[in-house]
Amino acid sequence: MKENMMKLEFMAKSENEAFARSAVAAFVMGLDPTVEEMADIKTSVSEAVTNSIVHGYEGGEGRVYIECVISGKDIKIIVKDNGKGIKNVKEAMQPMFTTNTDNERSGMGFTVMQTFMDKVKVESILDVGTKVTMSKSIGAQTL
Amino acid sequence: MIITTRIKNATLIVKMTGELDHHSAGPIRETVDRIIMSGGVKNILFDMSSLSMMDSSGIGMVIGRYKLISADGGKVSIFAKTKTILKILKMSGIERIAPVYDAIEKAEEYLDA
Repeated sequence: MKENMMKLEFMAKSENEAFARSAVAAFVMGLDPTVEEMADIKTSVSEAVTNSIVHGYEGGEGRVYIECVISGKDIKIIVKDNGKGIKNVKEAMQPMFTTNTDNERSGMGFTVMQTFMDKVKVESILDVGTKVTMSKSIGAQTL
Repeated sequence: MIITTRIKNATLIVKMTGELDHHSAGPIRETVDRIIMSGGVKNILFDMSSLSMMDSSGIGMVIGRYKLISADGGKVSIFAKTKTILKILKMSGIERIAPVYDAIEKAEEYLDA
């Protein structure tokens, strides 16, 4: 069985959103995903990282941590921050829920992750941080 | 992200090439709003046919422009044809306010009607 892992740490700056999803995409390449699976992963990573930057750190200073684990045909991606945390995770995961109304956030981030990945788990502690764990089985899609 | 804009029949056509995320949505928002404020624009057509990736920041950007332009009776339409872009557009329900077409002519027709 194929096993692999990688870790990334970067500053919570919006220009790093592209870097983060490209790095994860490059790592996942070894699983030979379809164009669509790759787009699903890149979009989901983009959502999670943006959440950390915009909501976790509210545009301020901080670090975002990504850990990717490949196990067979499965990819697990953990996106973590030490930001302000989410008061009510269940509420935050509702489509169209957003606390940020003046910055044109659509409130769809978690819905995108849930639609594009197989599993999404969100753990958060106020003033400690948020950890999003997403997984997807590559090659599971049928035409 | 490369943004090109042109105005045709009072429609602002915004063509975006590359990846549309939270970072690149800012400059698009600023460019489009500046053109709208300078006048002569009734509708907006977002050409997403050359986007390779878009996250929900793109949806937020379109909703924001729709609010702006619809306040003056204008309409918004989207031209997109790649599977990955269509997937997020469809799941967002954006079509209720900004219909999505697979040909730019159809997107123009909706605005001109």
